[in-house]
Amino acid sequence: MSEIESVRKGKGTIFLRKEVCKGCSFCIDFCPTHCLEFSIEFNQKGYHFPLLARPLDCTGCDLCGLYCPDFAIFGVKIKDLEKRRTSPEPLIPAKG
Amino acid sequence: MSDDLALDIQNPVMQLLRQDRIPHIWCPGCGIGTTVNCFVRAMLESGLNLDNVAVVSGIGCTGRVAGYINLDSFHTTHGRAIPFATGMKLANPNLKVIVYSGDGDLSAIGGNHFIHAARRNMDLMVVCVTNFTYGMTGGQVAPTTPLGPTQTTMPYGNFENPFNLPFLADACGAVYVARWTVFHVRQLAKAMKEGLSKRGFVFIEAISPCPTLYSRRNRLGDGADQLKYYKERSIVKNGADTKDVGLTFQGDITVGKFVDRERPTWLDSMNGHFSTHFKEKYKIYGGSHGED
Repeated sequence: MSEIESVRKGKGTIFLRKEVCKGCSFCIDFCPTHCLEFSIEFNQKGYHFPLLARPLDCTGCDLCGLYCPDFAIFGVKIKDLEKRRTSPEPLIPAKG
Repeated sequence: MSDDLALDIQNPVMQLLRQDRIPHIWCPGCGIGTTVNCFVRAMLESGLNLDNVAVVSGIGCTGRVAGYINLDSFHTTHGRAIPFATGMKLANPNLKVIVYSGDGDLSAIGGNHFIHAARRNMDLMVVCVTNFTYGMTGGQVAPTTPLGPTQTTMPYGNFENPFNLPFLADACGAVYVARWTVFHVRQLAKAMKEGLSKRGFVFIEAISPCPTLYSRRNRLGDGADQLKYYKERSIVKNGADTKDVGLTFQGDITVGKFVDRERPTWLDSMNGHFSTHFKEKYKIYGGSHGED
């Protein structure tokens, strides 16, 4: 088995605005793959914010984005990101 | 984590929020932000013309929602969200009006308005965020507080019988009654999407933790601990008899879609009645109800 095949590529990633996070731990506790952890650092308000500790486990399901009460975190699938890099269309088209 | 500035990626809910107001005032661990998250996603998926959607709130922690959503919105006086929304709907039937308020505002101060809007089947969607206390004023006992927990005005535990809000809405004639907790985010967003497409009085109760007052005074831990309790003790029972869905202190929570029926709305009844009474002299009053 070659090295490239043995390393499983993550399917998703998260985006975080750490300055609005209030450290409620909803995303960390209810992540289906438990890939988030609290950071050691603080943000400006003195809260520990989440970090993607196990990036290979993240599936980009966006459940953290649905739980976040502060609209700080959201998840994206890597294939959607790749699509966005190649085409200028918005990731999630605005409706209405 | 990646650099979102390089890709110009934004949280999908941000397009419907007033970004200059974020971060909001809700406490860490409060569930109101999660319900707003579900609500905005439901709205984006519903395909409604968002120029014809209006959000009305009363007073309280949940009353702040109208100030954070970047749509036509109004923050009314205490308990008067439903009468304001009724007036707005009848003056411009093209609008889809959503009342977003807390349990104290809707069922105590605005309780009478709530039952009469449900009785008339006014075309509103009412989202009630139930946290069993008055959060903004300091943790007084609310009409939904179950028997037992300590509150500021009940230092030896609450002895008043609480409201069962889905039963009240069902008995008064609401066409859609659902209850979900903040733990059930996908189901809550789906219920809100269904409610947005329904005509008539839609009532959705979202049970939310209040870590600063209700949980702290009763030693229930923070918001995440309450969400774990919701996860363990909720029983999904769609179509359950609303008589049996009352809540007890830290007991089982029956969640689900309880009522989904059709009844003529107030405007439909008025048009039907006057059409038979005045015949062709009467011109039908109504609009597109936000569907454009």
